Amino acid sequence: MTETNDQHIVNSGTSLDIDARIRQFLIEQFGDAILKDEVFRGDRQYTVKAEKLYSICRALQDNDSLDVRWLADITCVDWLGHPEEEHGRFEVVYNLCSLSHKYRFFLMARLPGDNPRIQSVVDLWHGANWLEREVWDLFGIRFEGHPELTKILTPDELEGHPLRKDFPLTYEQPKFSWNLNEPPEIVK
Amino acid sequence: MGLEEKIPDSIILTSLDKMVNWARKRSMWPLGFGLACCAIEMISTFASHFDLARYGMEVMRPSPRQADLMIVAGRVSVKMAPVVKTLYEQMPNPKWVISMGACASCGGVFNNYAIVQGVDRIIPVDIYVPGCPPRPEQLMDGILRLYEKVEKESVKDVRDEWGRRAV
Amino acid sequence: MATGEKTITINMGPQHPSTHGVLRVIVELDGETVVRARPVIGYLHTGIEKTMESKLYYKALPCTDRMDYLAPMSNNLGYCLAVEKLMGIEVPEKVKWARVCLAELTRINSHLVWLGTHALDLGAMSMLLYTFRERELILDIYEACGGQRMMTSYIRIGGLAHELPGDFDVRVRKMVDTISERMKDYEGLLTNNEIFISRTKGVAVISAEDAINWSLSGPMLRGSGIARDLRKDAPYSGYENFDFKVALGKKGDAYDRYLLRLEEIRQSLRICRQAIDGMPEGPYRAHVPGVVLPPKEDVLYKMESMIFHFKIITEGFSAPVGSVYQGIESPKGELGFYITGDGTNHPRRIRVRPPSFVNLACLPKLCEGRLFSDVVCAIGSIDIVLGEVDR
Repeated sequence: MTETNDQHIVNSGTSLDIDARIRQFLIEQFGDAILKDEVFRGDRQYTVKAEKLYSICRALQDNDSLDVRWLADITCVDWLGHPEEEHGRFEVVYNLCSLSHKYRFFLMARLPGDNPRIQSVVDLWHGANWLEREVWDLFGIRFEGHPELTKILTPDELEGHPLRKDFPLTYEQPKFSWNLNEPPEIVK
Repeated sequence: MGLEEKIPDSIILTSLDKMVNWARKRSMWPLGFGLACCAIEMISTFASHFDLARYGMEVMRPSPRQADLMIVAGRVSVKMAPVVKTLYEQMPNPKWVISMGACASCGGVFNNYAIVQGVDRIIPVDIYVPGCPPRPEQLMDGILRLYEKVEKESVKDVRDEWGRRAV
Repeated sequence: MATGEKTITINMGPQHPSTHGVLRVIVELDGETVVRARPVIGYLHTGIEKTMESKLYYKALPCTDRMDYLAPMSNNLGYCLAVEKLMGIEVPEKVKWARVCLAELTRINSHLVWLGTHALDLGAMSMLLYTFRERELILDIYEACGGQRMMTSYIRIGGLAHELPGDFDVRVRKMVDTISERMKDYEGLLTNNEIFISRTKGVAVISAEDAINWSLSGPMLRGSGIARDLRKDAPYSGYENFDFKVALGKKGDAYDRYLLRLEEIRQSLRICRQAIDGMPEGPYRAHVPGVVLPPKEDVLYKMESMIFHFKIITEGFSAPVGSVYQGIESPKGELGFYITGDGTNHPRRIRVRPPSFVNLACLPKLCEGRLFSDVVCAIGSIDIVLGEVDR
């Protein structure tokens, strides 16, 4: 459990070269949009301004030498009730890879607790379609410009976004219209 | 459907019961339908190593209209529950249900918003097979127990039971 | 069924024998040609991520088995590696080798089930009977290790649940020999089979460029000729010590992926053999007091171990604030665990990057403009497990 030692060592099968190049690229092009830049356990993580995220992704994808073309994952973290919440309740995480350089890094954007919204990246990556729909379904992050932002996993009747921390785990919604009119069970 | 509806009330039918139950027991066709992990063990039960064909049950019916045994193999999500119920309703009488595995029987480890806590909340269950997932031998045991249950059924009781369910 | 002007809409699933579980596809047909295919998922949504977040790090482990239930050991491995990365635990060499061996057994297991069911969908019934016969050999090994056939939870945080069984190497060697021998039978049944070829060759094609843009991984990506294998690209758990090749396809069609998966089985057999030959001696669990459970033998006879055991089981351990991601090459593709610790003993977020979920998203791309019967082949060749798609 060495927290300080690995701060400057980037592993995950990377060469330091590409890590430095992407870092330089981001700082040169989007210097003021990058709020935080850290290495945690060998994973390079950039926190960027939410409104700039789309243009950063676009610039990275357009750059041939960096070759950041593979979007591995989009997910979200709910920081409700944690000191981290002051930076924004939701943290949307984009997991990006450069296949030819075998390099992985993360872009994070903080969104506020009420009405969280961010621009969709579906027109850059087709693969983002279902990933964004899932985040919308489970966290209620609205991706603007998404062609079809509908529920994907949960049933249509379910109200709310289950992976939010204020959604109870064992919540059971009254369901199945066929016993709607039945008298309630009497517990003896 | 079925024999039961054609029999008048006041006749005692022990021999007929025996014959009918014997026939039903020996030609039980399960519905080929799996939900989750248990479905894989169910397939294992039907496949070469365990070979359920020994009990005359190798015909998995893909259509509920031709099946009389439903093996609920796996967790039933809230989204799937209406589908399971519809499938059950589409099966012709007489029909039986085996709830296979902990999730189908009681929700298992998933006590949460997404899973129906036991399939018996939506359809009547005859046999519960515990395990996560149950071994194929356990499923076979469950099926044999179901046979025992079928053997004890009487044509008249079954008819009354249907009448009760239909109301 | 509803008719439009020219087209006809058919609902396929969620109870359909060739959708591998509870996938539902709404297909719009013009004659026999698919105009639009729209997968509808969520019929097995289990809330696994939420359930895991409500548990201690240790107790979340059994939930991972139940996601990709054809490859339980891969899921265990991914989760344990991610937690070990978060906590900075280094595991002993022997554990790494045993884990590699078990993960490769899982890959064989998963591919065998895939082979059987895919062939069954395409009309070759007997394949299923053969592959399930061989699968029992692997399940026997699992049972000897963890006491369960499928949901073993054998790989634990910081090591393994118990010592490997005494006859582990004998069993694995026997399994490797048997399956190597029987691979010839599978190939004899399918590779040159006229019906199989015409059902799979040139069907469900995806180009390399599209495969990257759709975020595909695993055999779907390698089938299009891109050498992306996390075992080589970002070696975890000591894969850099093993000699194996990454199988590649050329055309990106279903037949290529079939050949590729067969080749992967062969390579996995090679890795298993190497792992057994070179398995080092040593403890089966790391010694990190307060985080990794002490071995059961010590708990019974040493006071300190018993205290740690009690503390870890009841309160767990606290993880630092921060997020880690650990991807592994599961049989379906890149399986990743994104774990966020928040300074307490519960994880703030456990995100699973499900390979079949991401791969399934490209189903419309694979079958639009093709014949209706190719939909079945496309679903089969993606190799989905609904437990993982819906979680």
